[in-house]
Amino acid sequence: MKKIIMAAAVTTMLAGPAMAGDAKIGIILGYTGPIESLTPDMAAGAEMAIAEVNASGAFMGGSSVTGIRADSTCIDAAAANAAAERLITSDKVNAIMGADCSGVTTSILQNVAMANGVVMISPSATSPALSTIEDDGLFFRTSPSDARQGQVVATILKDHGIKSAAITYTNNDYGKGLADSIETNIKAGGGTVTMNAAHEDGKGDYGAEVAALAQAGGEILVVAGYLDQGGKGIIQASLDSGAFDKFYLPDGMIGESLPKAIGPDLNGSIGGLPGTDSPGNAKFKDLVSGFKSDGPFVPESYDAAALIMLAMQAANSTDSQSFKGKVMAVANAPGEKIYPGELGKALKIIAGGGDVDYVGASAVELIGAGESAGSYKEIVIEGGKFTTVRYR
Amino acid sequence: MTDILNTLALIGNFIIVPGLAYGSQLALGALGITMVYGILRFSNFAHGETMSFGAMATILITWALQAQGVSFGVLPTALLALPFGILITIALCLFTDRLVYRYYRSQRAEPVTYLIVSVGVMFFLGGLIRFIIGPNDQIFSDGTRFIMKVQAFKEMTGLSEGLAIKTSQGVTIITAIVIVTLLFWFLNRTRTGKSMRAYSDNEDLALLSGINPERVVMIAWIITGTLAAVAGTLYGLDKSYKPFIFLQLLLPMFASAIVGGVGNPLGAIAGGFVIAFSELIVTFAYKKVLAYLLPLSMAPEGLMQLLSTDYKFAVSFLILVIVLLVKPTGIFSGKTL
Repeated sequence: MKKIIMAAAVTTMLAGPAMAGDAKIGIILGYTGPIESLTPDMAAGAEMAIAEVNASGAFMGGSSVTGIRADSTCIDAAAANAAAERLITSDKVNAIMGADCSGVTTSILQNVAMANGVVMISPSATSPALSTIEDDGLFFRTSPSDARQGQVVATILKDHGIKSAAITYTNNDYGKGLADSIETNIKAGGGTVTMNAAHEDGKGDYGAEVAALAQAGGEILVVAGYLDQGGKGIIQASLDSGAFDKFYLPDGMIGESLPKAIGPDLNGSIGGLPGTDSPGNAKFKDLVSGFKSDGPFVPESYDAAALIMLAMQAANSTDSQSFKGKVMAVANAPGEKIYPGELGKALKIIAGGGDVDYVGASAVELIGAGESAGSYKEIVIEGGKFTTVRYR
Repeated sequence: MTDILNTLALIGNFIIVPGLAYGSQLALGALGITMVYGILRFSNFAHGETMSFGAMATILITWALQAQGVSFGVLPTALLALPFGILITIALCLFTDRLVYRYYRSQRAEPVTYLIVSVGVMFFLGGLIRFIIGPNDQIFSDGTRFIMKVQAFKEMTGLSEGLAIKTSQGVTIITAIVIVTLLFWFLNRTRTGKSMRAYSDNEDLALLSGINPERVVMIAWIITGTLAAVAGTLYGLDKSYKPFIFLQLLLPMFASAIVGGVGNPLGAIAGGFVIAFSELIVTFAYKKVLAYLLPLSMAPEGLMQLLSTDYKFAVSFLILVIVLLVKPTGIFSGKTL
């Protein structure tokens, strides 16, 4: 026993201090749970930014960056906190790229990140509540708030000539925030919301929920849920009972697995997810190989990781307290515009005392307390595929 | 007149058809629970996972059949795989009995001990199922999806409300009728069935008259395994198969068994339908129904929903509490708990 402890102690010491400037970034996303089909590509996006920085050799005088994955589960706050705690105390990460879903992001921020003073940049937490949350200046997001998504949904529906909609949302911070924002904006635009009701994830049967929604009526059903979970169940049950035949799919519902599971009945449904047709996005698509570059929040993940490293470079420190004040500076004007694939160039400009304005893959422009202003991609489902209509 | 027909179609589509299917699934599950309670005299908490296991076995065989290119025409292939699923589930039931329950029988253990043991079996089975098939949704239905589509119904009748009947719902109801008829024929008409009822009514008298208890227990497990595999597969076909769901089903199934009178097969069936229909009726929004039936000026603005669908499971609890308070033996006078 003694020998084992000795051996363990020796290995830890050997593995411990590498170079002083080396940085570690925790990539905490829901690799299991309701958005598990989206997260591998998101993590790959963040890791691509890290690899790019390492390849440039320009990060803080030749230091390297390591990404360490941890599972946020998307819904289980206790498990997410434990994972974040492990990243910070045992893996000693300097910053966190994540988390993904709004509920676990809030929980990690309040219970772990703030307690340990570690910067978090989320690529996908969109709850409006996160705009005003107390965060000690540690929290940023490269995704827009759902207050913005609500406006976009209302505009898209109006442009389609849809005047009445029923809304169902997954019963958590993300779903509730988004549904309320959509309802407010539809009503402000003169439309009607026939019903705004929650559904629970992980049930076998959504017949009763759909029955209630069907009685309320409406030309379209807005499903503010998760594609691998209740959202899919609601759509299936609606189609089966003929309650609705057209759906609006917000960001959490867009993924290849949905049309595959539902089949041709989903054709004609519409949706929208954060996205941009900026030159940065096209460059990002060219750079990506081995994973899907146009999945939800994949460009945002690349940008979140890139922002962390640029801010570290600007502060010339991997300490969160030092570089948290630099995130807004590297993300916004003034300075030279930085697109994907130019992280090495950006690092050199910063090291030389210059200014950068990080545009990245998702046209990053941080507003308010540090969240993306938000441009959205409107999509329609045709022949079982998501087709981009335009950008808003 | 059209308004009344529309109302009927509406209620049929959202309450009667789904209620009949869900009720049949609950009834088959509750029958299994009642069977174990009647013969082995304990509440089998592992029954939900046994159903899950049966459905899983059927799914695996369905996949094997589909890979061989076997299909059942318009009906789901799972029906062909079901007999094999039943055999595997029976084997599982007999195996757990041999390995676990027989020991406690020889110890003449208290019902509470059995109950805790069955909770242990439940967790073990749950783990085993997740180990074999994983925790995710599995889709295994094939064949034609609908007997009647909403659009087709509207065109056929000219009504503005549609009625959809899924193949899985039709299959569920018919299979349930067949299984229940066979079970009642067995219990009431055959010698073995009668000996089981005798054993359930009075164990000591049955033993005196020469009934072999181990044989009765074995047949009870065979019936339970069959019911569990059928109920699990039908639920999976109609809704979706996900291991976690069967834990949630345990409450409405126990409620069905107790409401109908635990230990009484007829009660289990009645209880299943009572629970299924009350869940649907209480959480249904009656806005459109009233709009059809009332004059235009009186059409309601609100949803006219008694209880939000979030509280669906609370309905089974509520009925359970009321029945235990007013008539503890259940509607059909089973054993008092």
